[in-house]
Amino acid sequence: MAFADAPLAQPHVDASRLPLLVQLHYWVVTVDHKRLGIMYICTGLLFFAVAGLEASIMRWQLAFPHHEAVSPEVFNRLFTMHGTTMVFLFGMPIILGMANYLVPLMIGARDLAFPRLNAFGFWLSLFGGMLLYFSYLGGEGLSGAGTAPDVGWFAYAPLTGRAFSRGPSTDYWILSLLVSGIGSIATSINIVTTVFCMRCKGMTLVRMPLFVWMMLVVAVMILFAMPPLTAAQVMLLLDRYLGARFFDTQAGGSALLWQHFFWIFGHPEVYILMVPGFAAVSEIIPVFSRKPIFGYAAMVGATVSIGFISMGVWAHHMFSVGMSVTANSFFAASTMLISVPTGIKIFNWLATMYGGKLRFATPMLFCVGFLFQFLCAGLTGIMLAAVPFNWQLTDSYFVVAHFHYVLIGGLLFTIFAAIYYWFPKATGRMLSETLGRWHFWLLVIGFNLTFGPQHILGILGMPRRIYTYAPGRGWELWNLLSSIGVVFQGLAVLFFVWNVIRALRQGPPAGDDPWDAWTLEWTTTSPPPEYNFETLPEVQSRRPLWDLKHPNDPDGRHE
Amino acid sequence: MDRPVHLTNIFDPISTPAQAIVELSWLVLWICAGIFVIVVGLLTYILIRFRRRRADADEPPQVYGSNQIELAWTVIPMLTVVVLFLVTTRTIKAVQDAVPSPDTVHVTIVGHQWWWEIRYPALGIVTANELHVPVSHQAQPRPTFLKLQSVDVAHSFWVPRLAGKTDLIPNRDNSMWIEPREPGLYLGQCAEYCGTQHANMLLRIIVHARDDFERWVAVQQQPPVNNPAMQVGRDLFQATACVNCHTVRETNANGTFGPDLSHLMSRATLGAGVVDNTPHNLRAWIRNPQHLKPGNLMPDMQLTPQELEHIVAYLVTLQ
Repeated sequence: MAFADAPLAQPHVDASRLPLLVQLHYWVVTVDHKRLGIMYICTGLLFFAVAGLEASIMRWQLAFPHHEAVSPEVFNRLFTMHGTTMVFLFGMPIILGMANYLVPLMIGARDLAFPRLNAFGFWLSLFGGMLLYFSYLGGEGLSGAGTAPDVGWFAYAPLTGRAFSRGPSTDYWILSLLVSGIGSIATSINIVTTVFCMRCKGMTLVRMPLFVWMMLVVAVMILFAMPPLTAAQVMLLLDRYLGARFFDTQAGGSALLWQHFFWIFGHPEVYILMVPGFAAVSEIIPVFSRKPIFGYAAMVGATVSIGFISMGVWAHHMFSVGMSVTANSFFAASTMLISVPTGIKIFNWLATMYGGKLRFATPMLFCVGFLFQFLCAGLTGIMLAAVPFNWQLTDSYFVVAHFHYVLIGGLLFTIFAAIYYWFPKATGRMLSETLGRWHFWLLVIGFNLTFGPQHILGILGMPRRIYTYAPGRGWELWNLLSSIGVVFQGLAVLFFVWNVIRALRQGPPAGDDPWDAWTLEWTTTSPPPEYNFETLPEVQSRRPLWDLKHPNDPDGRHE
Repeated sequence: MDRPVHLTNIFDPISTPAQAIVELSWLVLWICAGIFVIVVGLLTYILIRFRRRRADADEPPQVYGSNQIELAWTVIPMLTVVVLFLVTTRTIKAVQDAVPSPDTVHVTIVGHQWWWEIRYPALGIVTANELHVPVSHQAQPRPTFLKLQSVDVAHSFWVPRLAGKTDLIPNRDNSMWIEPREPGLYLGQCAEYCGTQHANMLLRIIVHARDDFERWVAVQQQPPVNNPAMQVGRDLFQATACVNCHTVRETNANGTFGPDLSHLMSRATLGAGVVDNTPHNLRAWIRNPQHLKPGNLMPDMQLTPQELEHIVAYLVTLQ
């Protein structure tokens, strides 16, 4: 057999010279953490493009009052698919992909602890994503019952019951997330095990790069947060097909039970998505400030406390459901409390930059954009934690603006920072700085133009998830501005795509260590060989490459 | 369709709970603005002051951290949080623990896909989509307490200038209150996604001067008009399936799935606010309910043009 003869597992074979079919086969059967990481990231970026297009159609519909670009049914499917895709099929794969690619390299290991489980997790996630989108073809079911799910990404009961959601569209939502959730749990187990068992010689827990620390916390959070969602989805399936009554309010079930289950998953999920952003920033800011991270121990402590507190804030999504004064006050307190460790992080990043020599390469530009926008997101978060204020703001466009400042202004900017920073390592080629700056500035303008005005829309009383609105409510201008911003964001993404394609074809070679950085991934070649390191490294401090470059002033002295 | 401008700005409250919320909101906003100015100022200073100059290859001094500084930016935010928490709890209690006075109007609001059923149990009135309440004065407080229920999925009652939102959840009784200080029309709408026509589940709150409210109550309490000239339309209405979903008091129409039509023409809009309530729009609505509000649960009754005219003529008399 041709495949059996191909020298797949042997080192020193230039994979790009093999026939295309053999190369593809190599990607399909691979258990290499780097290839799986790249596939995770490409999957995430693909779904990002899809979900972005869905958002663009929604903004076109909302650009004018009484606009009839799409029908209400189509609009409701669009926001359901947009939210579900961005969280589960863009966010999750991309953060797991970053962890996959970088954690073994950063701790001086040859792979994750369970390479096959890793491949299993990736393929499950991809399959879940494809299953969700298959609903557009296969969801028709009962005639007229609709195609893709239209119950919103948090799928509140009893709208998901058989009485209100006929046909199988909601089942596609349940099953695809169930499947990709199992994939995420598998990968998290893998990351936790790897971090605890596979660190190279000398790398004690307190010498781990912050990136690894934060990914460890994320993986643990996934292990605690995902099972409640999986359980709730199984319960919902039982409701829909076996006549259970968990969420069936017409037979004594509880609509609030679903909300509790969902947000016990859903709120930690926000931090599961955001902490990897913090992880990338905590590596990039020091390198481009030419200083070590300020307050390493405080950063680790803040991350771990975010992990803990995030498990106790879920009902702040439910301040309007009529909870008691006690419950409302408790969740206000826990939510405000979580702003303290988050604030500590922002201050530590600023202190890292303070007194440094800042190099504004593209990764650093995205980090600065992140700092500003994430600050805005944090402050609107405090407003939303003030329960009475929340009674006005929740489920309005203010909330839409808030969480897009978190997940786009925060997370997406850090993901682009990470891609510009580690792309040279993964491909051996540099991305263009000029195109990178175009990408950055267009995205900053477009993002703020789209989501800034949405704060005002919320304050002017516009609820989220409406497919149309009447003129005369004072919403026209802000909606139009918001839609115009999409054009800039779309252009920014095109610059990014162009930059990547151009770099892959003709980018200048990166060399091992293009940024003059300090962590272990920069000691090996770009891209790293399949076995990562010829000999496993041994470290004496948090910044092994600093020690190498400054033998007279090793880092270990200051730890 | 030209509509007057009706802003629903949450910072322009005219009702006691909304006012309490705004007072807290300004405090929170000012605190957040303070933090914003400090952090953005610091960031800007750092970005300008510590740019790397050209041909400056040396590494800057390596600073690893400081426990005192870490302590400072842990404790100061903690104190801020304590202050925020205390003022928040005070407002939560003030709004949530309010008790009705003897003069309170009690209303039950029932959420339906995609309209509001409005009941005044003590007054024997049932209407839809337009909540009429009396104005409340400092000297003579007359708040309105709302009991919130749903017959199908979760909805949320939101009239930004009167109060924050409270959800209507099936199999559960929620409550909230409003105490408007100025007569007028206040708009709101459903704020929890509830299916296809969530966007057109609109609400109108009409705040009346005291006497006007009593007059409105008196009109609503009267039995529906029974104009003998409309006997054909009335008989036709009672003979079609309309009666399975709609109520017109003192007829055989006693359905509860759709809005009560006993005083249909006293309402300003049709389809929970989707169009103005004119005979022309009423005819268009009945001829093809899916045209004006696609996805709504009223079926096309397959009436002949003549039947349609008779039924519309009858309904228009229900003042």
